[in-house]
Amino acid sequence: MTATTRTRRLAKHAALVAFGLLLLYPLIWMLSSSFKPTELIFSDSSLWPREFTLSNYTDGWNALRIPFSTFFWNSFVVAIGSIVGNLVACSLAAYAFARLNFTLRRMWFAIMLATIMLPQHVVLIPQYILFSELNWIDTFLPLVVPKFLATDAFFIFLMVQFIRTLPRELDDAAKIDGCGWWGIYWRVIMPLTMPALATTAIFTFIWTWNDFLSPLIYLSTPENYTVPLALRAFMDAEGESSWGPLFAMSILSLGPIFGFFLAAQKYLVRGVATTGLK
Amino acid sequence: MSAVATRGRVDSPPERPRRTGGRRFRISENVAGYLFLSPWLVGLFVIVIGPMIASLYLSFTEYNPLTTPTWIGLDNYVRLFSDDPRYIASLKVTLVYVVVSVPLQLAFALFLAMVLDKGLRGLSFYRSVYYLPSLLGSSVAIAILWRRVFSGDGLVNSFLGVFGVEGRSWISEPATAVYTLVALSVWTFGAPMVIFLAGLRQIPDMYYEAAAVDGAGRVRRFFAITVPLLTPVIFFNLILQMIGAFQAFTPAFVVSDGTGGPVDSTLFYTLYLYQEGFASFRMGYASAMAWVLFVVIALFTALNFAGSKYWVFYGDER
Repeated sequence: MTATTRTRRLAKHAALVAFGLLLLYPLIWMLSSSFKPTELIFSDSSLWPREFTLSNYTDGWNALRIPFSTFFWNSFVVAIGSIVGNLVACSLAAYAFARLNFTLRRMWFAIMLATIMLPQHVVLIPQYILFSELNWIDTFLPLVVPKFLATDAFFIFLMVQFIRTLPRELDDAAKIDGCGWWGIYWRVIMPLTMPALATTAIFTFIWTWNDFLSPLIYLSTPENYTVPLALRAFMDAEGESSWGPLFAMSILSLGPIFGFFLAAQKYLVRGVATTGLK
Repeated sequence: MSAVATRGRVDSPPERPRRTGGRRFRISENVAGYLFLSPWLVGLFVIVIGPMIASLYLSFTEYNPLTTPTWIGLDNYVRLFSDDPRYIASLKVTLVYVVVSVPLQLAFALFLAMVLDKGLRGLSFYRSVYYLPSLLGSSVAIAILWRRVFSGDGLVNSFLGVFGVEGRSWISEPATAVYTLVALSVWTFGAPMVIFLAGLRQIPDMYYEAAAVDGAGRVRRFFAITVPLLTPVIFFNLILQMIGAFQAFTPAFVVSDGTGGPVDSTLFYTLYLYQEGFASFRMGYASAMAWVLFVVIALFTALNFAGSKYWVFYGDER
């Protein structure tokens, strides 16, 4: 390798690193600010806090009448429920679409694809009326139950695409060995669909963890707030006065997503590349 | 495990009659298909199609949760377009947001996908880092951060101050507020970038080699090979991001405290819909808004599909 290609390569790396830092700068700044005393956040512009404090975290955790542990717990319950719902319901439908021959299959499949495009807002109000008739307002049920009915059709599509790549000979072999439809689904297809299931679980987690609109509509008492609602209530209550604790709680709220990102990059990137999930 | 064990003896004669004459009840494929589909079918009718019909009906009524709906014909729709300046404002803000943010975001995504495609070690690391904002972008925490970044004494202005440029309070000025949200959308270019990268990998190297032999420079190769062969992916991203942009909600809500201010300059369509439906409880009116949004998105998508035959090139075309 000649010296010039090497310098060019180095220059490219330098540019990419610089751009990455620019991109993540707001996040890094928020992280560093969360360790500064509030009065220093806007006067001390260095990224490394001159005065290091954890009080933002302890103050923020108990800033509302209810500690943030409650909100984190609520968010986790909703997220886990949604993950289970999506995995079960979407995989059942995906298996049917990808492997079984039934009347009107093409029509149902087209309808399924169409629902992916449907703006959530068209059904928002009647859904609210429906759930309030069922007395489900201010519970987690409106957030979780639809997942058990496979309303996140995106994931059906993702799994159908994946199952179609599996050789049909496996199904035939299982049939010869005495497996019924359920056996093929449960013993053959599901174990092999693990990568798509992982992608589904991760994206369901991230979407429900970030979701703001549905909790905003359905959850009213602070005891039931999820983390995004709590952050918003925090901002409303304390306003511009306590950026330190607000940043600290914001950082904590991003923690689980960041953790998933680190642990499962390859599933994330593959999922995006095959279906265009965000 | 038992499956593997029996497979070994698959052609041993005594097995066969037992299996074909098995007493085990087998349901037909048709019934099985519908059984597997049943959760989704229930959801489709109860959570999607039923509510769609209901919201279409409600859009012709005056309705709040305490009363029964009264039929008022097209009044809601007429009022939207003739007697509601806030609605027109929200429509304009949303269109500006869609028309500005989607092309900008896609341009960024395509440019960086080209940069990160190949030729350097460690590119997958950069891909991951650049992708990260896409996962965080719709969260309340980032919207809170954005308020700080673009406020009068925020990060952007201290950065501009280094160059001696006097900044302003981007968030609280009506002229610039929506562009802070555009910036947030551009910041999340990582998701379309990853889709572009997958598309770039489908383009065979030999095309580039042949063009290079013919003396085509970098720019020429980009416009003569990459862009035409990537048009299906560009189209896919365009549709996806456009539909998403029409429905943006959280950042506008958090940045403006749910008001859509200053002076309705961040009053996104969905935000106004939320205010009407769930703050003022004019649910008939909000349903009419929802249906107009649906039609607008469908129209934009249809227009894109109609236009696509002039610029989208599928490899199998003759």
